[in-house]
Formats: sequence, C-alpha cells, structure tokens
Amino acid sequence: MGRSFGDKDLILPNGGTPVGTSSPASSSSLLNRLQLDDDIDGETRDLFVTVDDPKKHVCTMETYITYRITTKSTRVEFDLPEYSVRRRYQDFDWLRNKLEESQPTHLIPPLPEKFVVKGVVDRFSEEFVETRRKALDKFLKRITDHPVLSFNEHFNVFLTAKDLNAYKKQGMALLTRVGESVKHVTGGYKLRTRPLEFAAIGEYLDMFALKLGTIDRIAQRIIKEEIEYLVELREYGPVYSTWSALEGELAEPLEGVSGCIGNCSTALEELTDDMTEDFLPVLREYILYSDSMKSVLKKRDQVQAEYEAKLEAVALRKEDRPKVPADVEKCQDRMECFNADLKADMERWQNNKRQDFRQLLMGMADKNIQYYEKCLTAWESIIPLLQEKQEAK
Amino acid sequence: MEQAPLDPERQLPPAPLEPLGRSDAGLEATGGEEAEGSRDAGSGVDTMTENNFWLKKIEISVSEAEKRTGRNAMNMQETYTAYLVETRSVEHADGQSVLTDSLWRRYSEFELLRNYLLVYYPHIVVPPLPEKRAEFVWHKLSADNMDPDFVERRRIGLENFLLRIASHPILCRDKIFYLFLTQTNYFFQADSRLKALNATFRVKNPDKRFTELKHYSDELQSVISHLLRVRARVADRLYGVYKVHGNYGRVFSEWSAIEKEMGDGLQSAGHHMDVYASSIDDILEDEEHYADQLKEYLFYAEALRAVCRKHELMQYDLEMAAQDLASKKQQCEELATGTVRTFSLKGMTTKLFGQEAPEQREARIKVLEEQINEGEQQLKSKNLEGREFVKNAWADIERFKEQKNRDLKEALISYAVMQISMCKKGIQVWTNAKECFSKM
Repeated sequence: MGRSFGDKDLILPNGGTPVGTSSPASSSSLLNRLQLDDDIDGETRDLFVTVDDPKKHVCTMETYITYRITTKSTRVEFDLPEYSVRRRYQDFDWLRNKLEESQPTHLIPPLPEKFVVKGVVDRFSEEFVETRRKALDKFLKRITDHPVLSFNEHFNVFLTAKDLNAYKKQGMALLTRVGESVKHVTGGYKLRTRPLEFAAIGEYLDMFALKLGTIDRIAQRIIKEEIEYLVELREYGPVYSTWSALEGELAEPLEGVSGCIGNCSTALEELTDDMTEDFLPVLREYILYSDSMKSVLKKRDQVQAEYEAKLEAVALRKEDRPKVPADVEKCQDRMECFNADLKADMERWQNNKRQDFRQLLMGMADKNIQYYEKCLTAWESIIPLLQEKQEAK
Repeated sequence: MEQAPLDPERQLPPAPLEPLGRSDAGLEATGGEEAEGSRDAGSGVDTMTENNFWLKKIEISVSEAEKRTGRNAMNMQETYTAYLVETRSVEHADGQSVLTDSLWRRYSEFELLRNYLLVYYPHIVVPPLPEKRAEFVWHKLSADNMDPDFVERRRIGLENFLLRIASHPILCRDKIFYLFLTQTNYFFQADSRLKALNATFRVKNPDKRFTELKHYSDELQSVISHLLRVRARVADRLYGVYKVHGNYGRVFSEWSAIEKEMGDGLQSAGHHMDVYASSIDDILEDEEHYADQLKEYLFYAEALRAVCRKHELMQYDLEMAAQDLASKKQQCEELATGTVRTFSLKGMTTKLFGQEAPEQREARIKVLEEQINEGEQQLKSKNLEGREFVKNAWADIERFKEQKNRDLKEALISYAVMQISMCKKGIQVWTNAKECFSKM
C-alpha cells in the first residue's frame, strides 16, 4: 500500500487500512478491484459510445470539423437511453483536461495530436479526418471501459449536453474533493525514494516509450522505402508496354508483364496507404499514452512526498503524539488511494496494451500477406499467357 | 565484299544429313537457361562431319576463370582474367564424355573471334559477347571488372557465346572457330573491312526490309537499355525495403526483454523479420540472371544492326559501280557522236586547245569500251552477290527472330516464376510472424 517509513510509529485510529473512509477515491479503488475482471468480459457493459460522421463547418471566423457522438446506456446517471451530439476536437481536449483535473490519480487516455503543421498536412483531407476520427473513437471507448472514469460527471455532460459551451463556462463548481486537494499540492515536496513497484513502472515506461519510438522510426522508414520502390515500379511496367509495341509474337506476353507489374504497383500503394493510416497513428498514440502516464506517476510521487514531509514534521513536533493529526491522515489516505488507483489502472493498461499491440501487429502482418497474395495472383495469372503458342502473325 | 558461306577455305566439309533438330536442341539449352541444369556446366550438342574434329558430338564449356598478370603491347604490367575453354567429345552410345581440348583464352581473344565472324559472315546475325564493362549496376553490385560476381557472370556469358556459335547451322562449321577451341597459337588480325562497318555514307535505294530492320534494332536497343536501367533501380529499392525490416528483429528482441506475456511472441516474430530481411539477397541474385538474358539481346540488337549496315555497304558499293559505269557510257557516247554534254576535263581541254585527232579519239573510245565491258561484268557479279546476300541474310534473320522469340518468352516465364517464388516466400514469412503476434 505504499507506506514507506514509520509504520511502527503510527497508530491509526481505525487500526487498519483506510478502507472505511468515505472519500470517493477510495471507494472507487475498491470498485476497481472488484470490477477488473468484469471489464474484460464486456457482458456487464451498460454504456456504449461511438464517434462517427465527420462534417465540415464553414464559418466566417474559421472552418472546422465536428463528429457525431452516439451514446447508448442503461445507467441511472443517464436520463435518456440514447443520446446523439456533435463535438469538435476542442471539446475533446476540454474533456481530457477536465478528467485530468478531476481524476488525477487515474491514467487518462491520450488524444491524437492537437497541432498539425498546416502546410504539410491537409487538415480536411479524407485520410486525416478518418485517422483522427478513429483515434477519438478509441479515446472515448477507453474512458467508457474505465470503471471510474466512465462515471465522471464531465464525461457525462460531454456525451449528453446540447450546449457544451454553456457548461464549460461553469467550470470550477464541479471539482471533486480529491481533485481539489491534489490540485493544491504545490509541488514543493521532493520524494526521497520511489517505492520499488512504482520505480519499476517508471523504468518500464521509459524503456517502452524508447522502443516504441524506434519502431515508429522503422515503420516510417519502411514506408518511405516502399514509396520509392513504388516510384520505380511505375516507370518499370510501362517500358514493357513500349517494347511490346515493337514486337509481333512477343507483343502479348510483354504487354501481359506490363499489366502485371501495374497490378503489383497498385497493391503496393494500398499497403503503404494502410500502414500510414492504420499503423503509425496507433504507435504515436501509445507514445503519448506513456508520456501522460509518466506525468501521473510524478503526481503520485508528489502526493507521497507531501505525506512524508508532513509525517516528518509531526514526528519532530512531539507534542501531538500519539495522536496523528487529521491532515496527515488525510494525506496518507490520499496517497494510498492514489497508489491503489494507479496500480489498478496500470494493470488494466497493460492488458489493453497487450491486446492493442497484438491486434496492431497482426494487422501489419495481414496487410503484408494481402499485398503478397495480390502480387502472387497477378503473376500466376500471366503464366498461361506467356506459355501460349502464338499463331504466326 | 566476299561471300563467305560458300568459301571452301573457311568452311569444313559439310556434315552428312543429320537431323537439324539436334542443333535446335542445343539452341534451346543455351538460350533458355533452363532451371534444371546448373549453369556451371552448360553443354552444346552439334552435328559434325566424318573427317576430322567434328567426328562425334561435342560439349563446350568455359569452366574456370583465373586472374593473371602479364605485359601488354606497351610492355606495361596488367592484370586480366583468363578463361578455361574445354571441349569434350561425347560417345554416342553411353553418353560418356572425354576431354579432347583445353586451353585458356582472355576476353580480347573472344572479341577477335567475333570480329572475324562479323566480317566473314556479313549476312549472319552473329551472337554477341557479354558486356566488356559492368553496366546497369545497382548499388550492391560492383562495377569492378575483377569482382568475382562479375567474372562469374562473364564466364557464363562467354560459354553461352560459344554455345550459340556451335548451334548455328553455318557458323558451327567455321575453321577459325575450330582453331579457337583447339589451337593455342592461332593468330589473325582484325580485318580492315571491320572499319568500313562504321563509315557513314548515303544509299539511294535502300532495301525497305533492311531499313525497317535497322529501325527495329535501334528501337530494341533503346528499349532494352531503358528496361535494364530501371530494373537496376527497382532492385536497389527492393533491397532497401527488405533490409530495413531487419531492424524490427533487433527492436522486438529488446522490447521483449521488458515484457512479461508479450515477450515470447515478440521475440519469435523478430526472428522472422530477420529471415525476411536476409531473403532478398538470394532473390536479387536470381534476378541478375534475368538481366543477363536481356543484356544478351541488347547486344544481339547491335549484331542485327551490323547486318543491315553490311547490306547498306553492299548497296552503296553497287550504286557507285553503276554510277561509274553510266558515266563511262555517256563519255563514250559523246566521244563517238562528238557532242559534249558532260563536263569533263577532256572536254574542257578540247575546247581550249581544239579538237583532238581522230586516231586519239578512236584510242580513247576503245579504252572506254573495254572499261565499260569490264564494268558491266563487275556490275553483274555485284548484283548477283547482292541478291545472294539478301537471300542468305534474310534466312538468318528469320532464324534469329525465331530464336529471339523463343528465348525471350522463356526469359519472361522464368522471371514470372521468380516473382511467384518471391511472393510465396513473403506470404510464408508474414504468416509465421502473424502467428507469433497472435501468441502475444
């Protein structure tokens, strides 16, 4: 539970672990532990969210895209069984910030990158919009799957409110107690040692991000080489056609080879498009995810540091002994809840990560298999043409 | 220009009636580069005469290559490669072969042989030599003539060249070819007629078929060189794609070290990525074979063009002779009738210095008449030569066309087969990798 030193010195009023407190954070961590297995099943699922139907809006001041968010739920938190609203990227960004603020002990999934260099990428191209839509859909689904985050009030409003902007202006009123208290940690405390398990998580995340970065670079390089290969192929095929025009008996075979190379070129183009649209964005997403996780770890360190500092201060004061002041107790609670939430989230994250990468890499293998199968079909189909006995022309 | 094919000096006595089918079989074995036999021991089968060397069926091979150092014409030290040319005779019954001749030849000697054939068989599309210098090289291949891969491919090309000659119905009987295979110290120099092939001149009435053929050979050269250039670039790029995948092997391995359940799947998938990356070397080596087949026809196009040029040369020669004869006839007529229509030095001097005496005129007419007679004979024989040339050339061109269509079809088929094999390997590797990923 993350108690570092001075356990023996402390006598807790409850005589045990702080399960009995009524802070929503600790009850949620209990919920975490109970619901962990159910989540993977999906059978107890009572909330479904989808992102689709991107539309372009042209106004005098700006042009932007909105996405339709469809929600179906039997939860009591929702007044209606079904909702359909339109949101733009800005709204997602707002939601994420709110979640980070209000649920600082949890890992919040990442959003696709906010800023896009205008000259380089067309923000309104079909491919870009579709890639973004998929990432936003993933984002909401991850929140939906989370036993704590999916009950968040801001999330609820995001999914249901007709006028989100009006709600946004209210802001402060809905911060939870834990959110508030953690927010007020000024960061002046320095942690002496990260407990082993969190240190291990930290090291893992560092290495993980490093490896993902390498894989991202390799994948990009492969796509680049494939595109250059494609450029040459597109010149290569037609030369056989040119040759075919010179010949008599060889005309059909040569033309056949030209067509075949053309088909392979098309298959290659499809491969590179797929990899660019489906593979790279997911890698990037996970890099962002591990970045945000590292900052959550740091926040946890802050909470522990504050607790330890306060504890130390009390130990030095002597006069309050043996009673532990309430605020130190609160700190301890906070820390232990944070640790519990984080550990539970890490485990969920690890599981999802494994499934996501399994799917991603199998998808990559699949795309390559399909590419080779298309080429194989093309070449096999011209063998009979090449072997055909031509009549004298 | 001499007509070589019927020249008894050059040819060995004609073979007894043996089915030309065997020749063709030899042709097929060399041209198609069949997958069944290794290229190291190619064989050509030929028909022979009773009397001497061509007694039994023979096999020719260029079996080895060796680096040598020696002194060149300017007494400077040079390094070159020598190739071992071996000839075996094959016993009819049991197919066993016995080594009959074996000698070392360098590339320049092959060139001399080919130049000789070009001159003395002007109507034949003479098989080409493999390239003198490495061309159409993609980055991994070396442009160095001493590079072992280049030497090896050249060895195969030289063997192919000899086999092509051995399976040509006319060229195979050439004496010099026989000497090339059997006698170390034979010697002859390049003919000055070779230079004439490159001279420029205008022909007034070219044979349309030859003009078209020359045009075709130019186009063929151009399209095949373009094809070879682009293919080399394609090979380069493909190499890059495969090799970069090898990086996945390393990073998956490193990543697997920090994972618990995913570790094994990643590690084994990484291994398949390594396999994938290294598979390209063999694939591209096989493809070089295809490039060599195309190169042969690139050079064959040059040989085709040479036949057209020779025809032009003959035609030009003929036209000059006819022109010369016509002008002599006209001169004669003018002298006889006393009218001067053509501008000639004699005519001018007559004008200036007065008419010449009748005896002188008679003498000149007589000389001209003799020359005209001779000219008419020569023209007749040149015309005959010309027609013979066209007939023989066209026969060889038809033969060449059939050979080309056969060989190139084979080459395309084997190329398609290579591509199919590459696709199947790709499917296999990625299927294996997918299975590893599924176990993550």
